[in-house]
Amino acid sequence: MKPSQDNIMVDVIDLKMYFAVSRGVLQRKVADVKAVDGVNFKIKKGETLGLVGESGCGKTTTGRCILRLYEPTAGQILFNGQDITHLPERKIRPLRCEMGAIFQDPFSSLNPRQSAGSIVGEPLKIHQIAHNKQEYEDRVAELFHVVELDPSMTDRVPHEFSGGQRQRIAIARALACNPSLVICDEPISALDVSIQAQIINLLEGLQEKLGLTYLFIAHDLSVVRHISDRVAVMYLGRVVEITTSQELYQNPLHPYTKALLSAVPIADPVVEEKRERIILKGEVPSPLFPPRGCHFHPRCQIAIADCSQIVPPLREVGGNHEVACIRV
Amino acid sequence: MAVILTVENLKTQFRIEGGLVKAVDGISFHINEREIIGLVGESGCGKSVSMLSIMQLISTPPGEIVDGKVIFDGKDLLKLEAKGAEMRSIRGSKIAMIFQEPMTSLNPTLTICRQLTEMLELHLGMDSQASRKRGIELLKLVGISDAETRVDDYPHQFSGGMRQRVMIATALSCNPRILIADEPTTATDVTTQAQLLELMKDMVTRFNASLVIVTHNLGVVARYAQRIYVMYAGRIVESGNSKDIFGAPRHPYTIGLLKCVPRLDEALDRKLVPIPGMPPNLIRMPPNCAFLPRCQYHIERCMQEPWPELREVGNQHYVSCYINTQEKQ
Repeated sequence: MKPSQDNIMVDVIDLKMYFAVSRGVLQRKVADVKAVDGVNFKIKKGETLGLVGESGCGKTTTGRCILRLYEPTAGQILFNGQDITHLPERKIRPLRCEMGAIFQDPFSSLNPRQSAGSIVGEPLKIHQIAHNKQEYEDRVAELFHVVELDPSMTDRVPHEFSGGQRQRIAIARALACNPSLVICDEPISALDVSIQAQIINLLEGLQEKLGLTYLFIAHDLSVVRHISDRVAVMYLGRVVEITTSQELYQNPLHPYTKALLSAVPIADPVVEEKRERIILKGEVPSPLFPPRGCHFHPRCQIAIADCSQIVPPLREVGGNHEVACIRV
Repeated sequence: MAVILTVENLKTQFRIEGGLVKAVDGISFHINEREIIGLVGESGCGKSVSMLSIMQLISTPPGEIVDGKVIFDGKDLLKLEAKGAEMRSIRGSKIAMIFQEPMTSLNPTLTICRQLTEMLELHLGMDSQASRKRGIELLKLVGISDAETRVDDYPHQFSGGMRQRVMIATALSCNPRILIADEPTTATDVTTQAQLLELMKDMVTRFNASLVIVTHNLGVVARYAQRIYVMYAGRIVESGNSKDIFGAPRHPYTIGLLKCVPRLDEALDRKLVPIPGMPPNLIRMPPNCAFLPRCQYHIERCMQEPWPELREVGNQHYVSCYINTQEKQ
């Protein structure tokens, strides 16, 4: 079943984001870092799409392109059917009301001199949502309630909060303008294990209550699988596989996905004993000089000569499963 | 298996502005020969400090090892002068350590060769030619291709994973009996983590050494460790064979940890059960069990009596808790 067009919130089409590297006195451009190099995926309304990959694979850049914190080099981003790829700043601002963002490090993403209340309330001022002081204060208190923080703490500054509480403040800020889409960029990786589950459950609860759509960017495959409906796996600027969370573990197709899954240890020694381990050779190549053809071919166990020539397109293989490999 | 290192009632404290931090508060454990053990806990639970105490690498002040014994080779290491010749001959040579962030453990102004050979010259008395040759051998062993030329590179010319390989090579250079890896893969990606842990496991097998993996990642210890110690707020709350810890955990904290992390192979609709609250403030520790405020099983006795001692609940399985959690589960 193909999803109808109006069911799609975000459509990323052949997205490319290159960053110029310049050298010398004249700052001549010598090369491009191809951070995102032809990415395609769709986010449906109300779902959580997980975006997973190792550092430098372009997952954060992709998220920032959707937020239009970057203007993409090529390709298209449709948000609720509207092309936002090259919208000027004054037109993108009102749209940001629709998109919230939560970042990795709650220590650097919150201004240490601002009170928690004014951090959460700032979007209300910028987007002129609150019309008077009472409305503003009510909304800030409501947001504190939503993320299960005590509204009496609005006057405190970030360092008075623990890591988990700070991330709650960041979530409250992201929700201030009633967004429909929230981009969560590694929202739990800076937190302690016992605190991570609190934030994951909070995000899941908020999605249910407020009908949010999430793009959940993370490197931890177990967490991404847990929270997402579908998962897109990235490698060196490209999406190599998109499938449902169920299929991801039971039936991974791309050789990189298989290696990535096998590298994640499961907290059960009995299961671990029986698991097959694929240890990848070498390291991820530099996005300055990515390999020709399939980016993964130099490390791939099933690569053939063609793999170094053909850029494999992402193709449907049935059952909501797309893979970019000519060998499967 | 013969015991190679025993720690008895180790206590390490830090005197800071706000008061006294009991970072390690009376822990006892042992390491067997050719064994991989896991030391698990969240940040601030004292796992790194306990390892640094063994090596006598606690900076005094503000830190101080106030009590305990570390028996290695029949000697109490804590009786040795921290900067004395005897401790120096053990530290790095017989007990070696790998740290979390390889960039800060390698000197950026020295070549890889110099950093590798320093240990060999210092501990084994090799001359510069022999140590260079051995250094190249070690680099090859840890999987650095083109070792003959790369040995003259500087740390910044290596990637994070490669630097950690260099650290492993350095740590192994003097054939240590024990290798302590303190969060060795926290800063690396998951496929690099798999490469490095496999490498460490192969290397300790090859060198007949024991490995201590200090980590917060339960998956890593499940995959590699034979025996596990779980730490909370400066104490060991549960210890046992890996299969018992994961298959039949007894301490409410261990049970809680296992329920709050998502697993790759579980049903997708399982709800995570978070541990409520936060780890305690180590300056204002309660006299009774530090996990009590977060414990869902607690009974009357927990509030009245001091922190329980470890008691045996199975074959090599110890837990510091008054409650019979098996009944309650």
